[in-house]
Amino acid sequence: MSNVPQELRDEIPSFEKQAHEEQGPINWSALTSIQGARSLAEIASLVGLFAAIFFLVQGIVVWTHTPTYVFPKPIDVVKTFAQDFTSTEMHALKVTTIEFLAGLAIGSTVGLVLAALLTLKPFVEKIIAPYVLIMVTTPMLALVPFLRLKMGFGLWPLIIAVALASGPMVMINSATGFRRTDLAKIALARSYGASTFQIFAKIRFPLALPMIIVGYMVGSIFGLLTAVGGEMVAASEQGGLGKDLVYYSSLARMPEFGATILIIAILGVLIYVIFYFIGKRWASWEA
Amino acid sequence: MYEAQTGSVHALENVSIDVQEGELVCILGPSGCGKTTLLWGMSGLHALTHGRVLLDGTPVTGPRPLEIGMVFQEANLLPWRNLRQNLEFPFEIKKRKADAERIVALLHQTGLEGFEKSYPRELSGGMQQRASIVRALAQDPAVLLMDEPFGALDAFTRDEMNLLLLRLWTETEKTIVFVTHNISEAIFLADRVVVMTPRPGRVAKIYDIGLPRPRTIEMTFEPSFIALVQEIKVAVESGGRHLLEVE
Repeated sequence: MSNVPQELRDEIPSFEKQAHEEQGPINWSALTSIQGARSLAEIASLVGLFAAIFFLVQGIVVWTHTPTYVFPKPIDVVKTFAQDFTSTEMHALKVTTIEFLAGLAIGSTVGLVLAALLTLKPFVEKIIAPYVLIMVTTPMLALVPFLRLKMGFGLWPLIIAVALASGPMVMINSATGFRRTDLAKIALARSYGASTFQIFAKIRFPLALPMIIVGYMVGSIFGLLTAVGGEMVAASEQGGLGKDLVYYSSLARMPEFGATILIIAILGVLIYVIFYFIGKRWASWEA
Repeated sequence: MYEAQTGSVHALENVSIDVQEGELVCILGPSGCGKTTLLWGMSGLHALTHGRVLLDGTPVTGPRPLEIGMVFQEANLLPWRNLRQNLEFPFEIKKRKADAERIVALLHQTGLEGFEKSYPRELSGGMQQRASIVRALAQDPAVLLMDEPFGALDAFTRDEMNLLLLRLWTETEKTIVFVTHNISEAIFLADRVVVMTPRPGRVAKIYDIGLPRPRTIEMTFEPSFIALVQEIKVAVESGGRHLLEVE
């Protein structure tokens, strides 16, 4: 029977289970396993641990008489953050957010479309794969000075860098998603007379959605990193959170430095939480 | 009304089956006998390299969703849609308004009412497969093609599903072609059992099942039923070549 063409075997329509279990480079369940606190005891322990670390650092810094320019007291950082500092940093936050969002929008759209197109042609996908890998693994931060020279002192060089950092991440994860073609579900759609586009929109895309969301999650974290890092290397005339980091550290203004890091950390957590809830809402059937 | 003829191909060889309107035919055979290929050919999902499939005299060259409903192995529901959205899927593809009245009636007939908002993972295996039958019947096709639909269910649920299918068949008067590898299931359901043998797939024998209807599970314990199971088992295993020796 080995000479029987694959498409005539009896087992064709008995669909491979593995397709379902295929895991991308990022394990979705690992990313989503951080569950919300369930009980009062859990919340108390979480807050308790945070307080313990906070006051331990505070205690050490006070007790050792560490000067502020060496390490800021955590309380000073929070104080600075809570004072008019956040409003003075609003502009920097806005600039970084614009770079990040514009870059993510461009990069992820291109990445998503390319992933959807490339997975239709396995051969093209195969020869493109090494370049995608190079783009994923190369820190796009390295390109910022070059882009700055070529494109001037506006926001564009950083937007492009963010797009280059996040796009391939979205693409590689989305491609993993689009590759998990469930033949049974495609056959189902075809049996109802679905067009190629309908099969894409109603079967292939929803099947890929969990991986696409993972791609966005990872890609946006890379994007934020590149935006802030890019500003540290070569900020635009508009500045940004990364430029302020360099500024405050050069003046040894550690409480402001710490407060800026706090803003960036909150931004990062916010991005994670947003995509976590998007995943929960739109792809919970799998997680 | 339903004819399938194939020439000499690798998976199937000179298979010719006629199914009458309103008939329930089971295609029975071990895995690798091409029964699923045959069914997919009949549905228009899978082009046969030779031969042709005729439905009411017109050749089936592609899916004909308004005339042929397909029930797949396992339930094959879309996990990101709830039950109602799953049942509306066929209408969505055709950009038609869902026949809510018909869906409600079918849900009632299959005991699924009240689960419209449930997601497939929240339903039991039997309920999922019932939902997939409702989906196949939603557009009121004349023919129902079923590809080992109850193979993954436990024996008790399978009995239940078989009884339900017979009831639905009587009430809706559909033509059903049911593929299975379970001999007693085939005999229990069918007007005729088409026994196929593998490598290459061909029809060994067609049995007319004379059991009275409505059928009950008790019938499956009767000596005549068991004798028929035995006979068909021998026919499958001997590849249909030594039937005379058995007799």
